[in-house]
Amino acid sequence: MSTLLELDGVVARMGAATVLNGVSLSVGASELVALCGPNGAGKSSAIRAALGLTTLQDGVAKLGGEDVRRLAERERGMRAAYLPQERHIAWNLPALEVAALGAPFLAGGEALQRARAALDEVGAGHLAERGVAEMSGGERARVLLARALVVQAPLLLADEPIAGLDPDAQLLVLERLRARADAGGGVLVSLHDLTLAARIADRVVVLDAGRVVADAAPVEALAPDVLRSAFHLDGVWIAAPDGPLLAARRLP
Amino acid sequence: MNRYLSLNIGLAAVILLALVGAVVFGETILSAAQYGQALADPASGPGEVLWQGRAPRAVCALMVGAALGLAGAVLQGLLRNPLADPGVLGVSATAALGAAGAIVLGAAAIPGLVESAALIGAALAGLLLVAIAARVRAPEALILFGVALSSFAGALTALIFNLSPSPIASAEVMNWLLGSVQNRSWIDVAWVAPALAAAAVCAAGASPGLRMLTLGDEAARASGLSMGRMRVLALIAAAVAAGAAVAVAGVIGFVGLAAPHLVRAAVRGDPGRLLLPSALAGGLMLVLADLAARLMPTDQELKLGVFTALVGAPLFALIAWRAAREWRL
Repeated sequence: MSTLLELDGVVARMGAATVLNGVSLSVGASELVALCGPNGAGKSSAIRAALGLTTLQDGVAKLGGEDVRRLAERERGMRAAYLPQERHIAWNLPALEVAALGAPFLAGGEALQRARAALDEVGAGHLAERGVAEMSGGERARVLLARALVVQAPLLLADEPIAGLDPDAQLLVLERLRARADAGGGVLVSLHDLTLAARIADRVVVLDAGRVVADAAPVEALAPDVLRSAFHLDGVWIAAPDGPLLAARRLP
Repeated sequence: MNRYLSLNIGLAAVILLALVGAVVFGETILSAAQYGQALADPASGPGEVLWQGRAPRAVCALMVGAALGLAGAVLQGLLRNPLADPGVLGVSATAALGAAGAIVLGAAAIPGLVESAALIGAALAGLLLVAIAARVRAPEALILFGVALSSFAGALTALIFNLSPSPIASAEVMNWLLGSVQNRSWIDVAWVAPALAAAAVCAAGASPGLRMLTLGDEAARASGLSMGRMRVLALIAAAVAAGAAVAVAGVIGFVGLAAPHLVRAAVRGDPGRLLLPSALAGGLMLVLADLAARLMPTDQELKLGVFTALVGAPLFALIAWRAAREWRL
């Protein structure tokens, strides 16, 4: 299995705070890895580090086996697609044009064709001509997912792609990410919903205070002791027909 | 695609009409015979009025307006902010400071010196902005820096007024600060044309980056485009265009701010496709504004900068009001 993404002993700071403190993790082809952890654990920072968007104090981030800092911008863009958590779109472009931004190096016609296919894939084909400023948050999230799917990179990094979405849209987004991995791509997705993470992911990496505290098959990685120490939860996994279900309450 | 092409062609056609109007109409009323004479013999009296007086003035207005419209569109795209323009970032104020300093030092007697001083001022502001933009990525920070630069340059210009020994020099600076294309010749056109061309080339190079910035800074940086290069190109385009405009016509506000707004809906918000029609709209605005200022029955001819501000500011408020409702800001 080829390694598409590798973080090795990554240390990164934001101002005076150390947000990543020796983080090592990897994502291979055909693999969907969920990145979990409480707010401020370093999930977004880890994703940004993998893309070369943060200055590393130590360690190395590799895309397709090469140090991301040595990759030319275009090469980096061809190795990894990025779906940021931020869903603000500055101008009122039609959805189709926004999705087509995923293929900046393709001729206009081909990019639009791909954008149309991606919009259909996320169930937003009917929104193609609508301006993104006239959309609901959920619709805009779909358009941005389509944009990320248009990027023909082997790796997709999605930062909390289901935050703020209704249940149907959450499942749709995760389904598309799963399909991406099943088609041979690698996906790293940060998630707060641990049940959904356990159902969708091949592997879960748990971050806490800038360190990896678990990296294993979902229910194993999110074992009761990890739930307690990292998430401050008293939880158990229940086997349900559709997959594992987390029953949890806050620790007193 | 067709829709954008027809927008640009339509604007160009209206500009052509406006230019013809600006050459035909003026403060001096000519008879039909005199128009005939002007067309037949450009060196004749009426010919001089049309081809050495009105025509270069109108073309100057077109180029200055186009430069401002382009600079405004580039900066709004770069900063993802519909309120950005050369005025906001301090480029205009710094260029004006350069010119004011040159005038007070007696440089007005030597042709081209005041213009050069204005260009140098704009270039310095541009360099400063490029240096800052390389260090801070947040567009808000760049805007705040621009506002500070603008205020500081304005304060220094006020200081020049304050300390100026001669009221004549002060009046001259004042006159220049108000902004005008009065008495501009083909030499002035020759000044601004290459600068506008250079700015257009840089802006075209930055265009895919401006488009990608729609998604935000981080998404753009991860997109594979060379965002650092495009940012620099965009700032150079804006500084050169705005500097050339100030160098030739003084400070003319509002055009850089308003031109992009007039055509933004027609290009469906796309900051890359906005560049050309915004330049055209800016040029058209200034040609019409200058024509109107010339035809206004006032004893003292209305300064172009005064006119654009008087008409433009309320119009802009209206546009902003409608845009704000649409955007649910």
